[in-house]
Amino acid sequence: MKITISNGRLVDVAAGLDRIGHLHVDGGRVAAIDAQPSGFVAERVIDASGLVVCPGLIDLSARLREPGFEYKATLESEMQAALAGGVTSLVCPPDTDPVLDEPGLVEMLKHRARSLDQAHLYPLGALTVGLKGEVLTEMAELAEAGCVGFSQANEALVDTQVMARAMQYARSFGFTVWLRPQDAFLARGGVAHSGPVSGRLGLSGVPVSAETVALHTIFELIRSNGCRVHLCRLSSAAGVELVRLAKREGLPVTADVAVHHLHLTDVDIGYFDTSCRVEPPFRSQRDREALGAALADGTIDAVCSDHTPVDDDAKLLPFGEAEPGVTGLELLLPLALSWAQRAGVPMATAIARMTTDAARIAGCEGGSLAVGSIADICLFDPQAHWVVSPATLRSQGHHTPFAQRELQGRVRATLVGGRVAFG
Amino acid sequence: MRNPQLNEHGELQHLLSIEGLPREIITHIMDTASSFLEVSDREVKKVPLLRGKSVFNLFFENSTRTRTTFEIAATRLSADVVNLDVRTSSTSKGESLLDTIDNLAAMHADMFVVRHAQSGAPYMIASHVGPDINVINAGDGRHAHPTQGLLDMYTIRHFKKDFSNLTVAVVGDILHSRVARSDIHALTSLGVPEVRAIGPLTLLPPGLEQMGVRVFTDMREGLKGVDVIMMLRLQNERMRGALLPSAQEFFKHYGLTAEKLALAKPDAIVMHPGPMNRGVEIESAVADGTQSVILKQVTFGIAVRMAVMSILAGGR
Repeated sequence: MKITISNGRLVDVAAGLDRIGHLHVDGGRVAAIDAQPSGFVAERVIDASGLVVCPGLIDLSARLREPGFEYKATLESEMQAALAGGVTSLVCPPDTDPVLDEPGLVEMLKHRARSLDQAHLYPLGALTVGLKGEVLTEMAELAEAGCVGFSQANEALVDTQVMARAMQYARSFGFTVWLRPQDAFLARGGVAHSGPVSGRLGLSGVPVSAETVALHTIFELIRSNGCRVHLCRLSSAAGVELVRLAKREGLPVTADVAVHHLHLTDVDIGYFDTSCRVEPPFRSQRDREALGAALADGTIDAVCSDHTPVDDDAKLLPFGEAEPGVTGLELLLPLALSWAQRAGVPMATAIARMTTDAARIAGCEGGSLAVGSIADICLFDPQAHWVVSPATLRSQGHHTPFAQRELQGRVRATLVGGRVAFG
Repeated sequence: MRNPQLNEHGELQHLLSIEGLPREIITHIMDTASSFLEVSDREVKKVPLLRGKSVFNLFFENSTRTRTTFEIAATRLSADVVNLDVRTSSTSKGESLLDTIDNLAAMHADMFVVRHAQSGAPYMIASHVGPDINVINAGDGRHAHPTQGLLDMYTIRHFKKDFSNLTVAVVGDILHSRVARSDIHALTSLGVPEVRAIGPLTLLPPGLEQMGVRVFTDMREGLKGVDVIMMLRLQNERMRGALLPSAQEFFKHYGLTAEKLALAKPDAIVMHPGPMNRGVEIESAVADGTQSVILKQVTFGIAVRMAVMSILAGGR
């Protein structure tokens, strides 16, 4: 289908774009910018006046809950949520049930996603069998089945010998290992940032040292094994500083942050609000500011939703028993935009951190408006105000600390592979 | 964010924590408790303030002692008391906490007295029940034990009259103690100029300084010149998890002995929320000594709980 998106503000740092223009789509690809190719007759023209036209968002962490947790969410519901949020590619952690540690499971999931024909799905394979941290998975087979990297999700990898060998093995094939830096022992039992708030509320704390100790371990193993590592969900100023030093040293690392960590701190737990029960925990204001500054200067490469639908039964519990996680696919874009506005960061930079930079980390298609790129495109109204109402979110997960907040920026249309999939 | 234990008129709707409780309310509870103290000395130990009301004791965590004091307080106010050891009933059959609450509310409960192992559980219950039910936190995880904090303040006021020139030391396992947190909030709210926390660093929570507390790891240093010593119970399981090497070493450095007590002011009082571990956090000679007011705390505890219940019931 030939589509022309006219008069939109085209924003794509990689393609050097931030201006009003026309985008022509043909055969699922970006065919031309501004002047239409000879012989091109648009079958559909989308008037994007007043809208931003950017690459479809690539979310580096979205749990769709299949297989195994269909009572929390399904591919259908979460794909809808993704498209409504302008997200065209989803990187999914392997902590499903069963765990994504066998090629057959990955193929089945990919097949399910293909048959729905909505957002692209890029699973992360389990780094170890059952995420137990003991036996390596068949990474090469899993990659062939479609895994773009290997991860322990939120499960601990306590045995440093296993971690070292997993890195060596992954490096043999050029795979990236995705690790959330958290020392399992220091974090044991913790449900909130270790600080004045957890002390006052009587909640067990996760100290910052849980993150920094893990980062030191990972960096030391990279120094001896050379593996490329993507660090998931940084949470602290001290952690950010270590990543900055590691990058300066030239270690092959990238990092991301969850978008809610750019906005909230442990104080937002208030009177035990379980919608603020997340992993890693919200930390202090100083940590929040450092995460934002690092995302702005590129020390943190990407921002993701860390979308985790949780059912009521698992969330309407005392804080320490509530399951961590928040819904995020539909909030990623407006939350990133409002962060950029507050921090004085150009909108184009914020968009790059969810598109171009995320594509580089996941090694997937998309993240660009350049001619020849796959036509995964998001059109949003940067001026539209809306109030987050959990009941009207498309995701099956309704728990978010941003309920009733007014946000700016609303997706009007989403194209996946040159097809209008939303709007 | 409105403090969930106050209604829109700023009156007490639930008692969940001492933190954020206005000083006037704390003082009002203590004054009311004074008027109830003599009820316990009467031949007929009853007043009809809660006649026809149903008080449900919901103990998700075992505590015969605390439950009994609430039961006595409610009975002396002429309420009907229902004791539910929830651990052994519905929740062990897989019923969710809020389902249990809904069921009990449907039995027309007027007041829930809740003890739960998880910090914040009474907040969840309070935000779930309708406006005609009052919730009293009888201890939640490590977070708060407000009636204990209030009876401790009552005891201090009884013996020291005025809070404005006191030095108070809280000693022992503060990290795991809901009593310590409630005491600290109450003491600072009532204007005690110096609150001290004494213990090894493994048993002190982060952020004590922000709560207005001076931290001491040396008990002898910390006890110098204090007016009130509030001892805490040390749970045996603290020896696991590498928090302490042994009860013996703890007692040697953080146990209250006559010799250490002598460092405090001569008229200092010694308090303990009970149950005591003699020879672990406190020596028998001190626990039973002339400066100990530990049994007075128990007596005052009934009057304070009566005061809380009558204020909550009268508030609507």
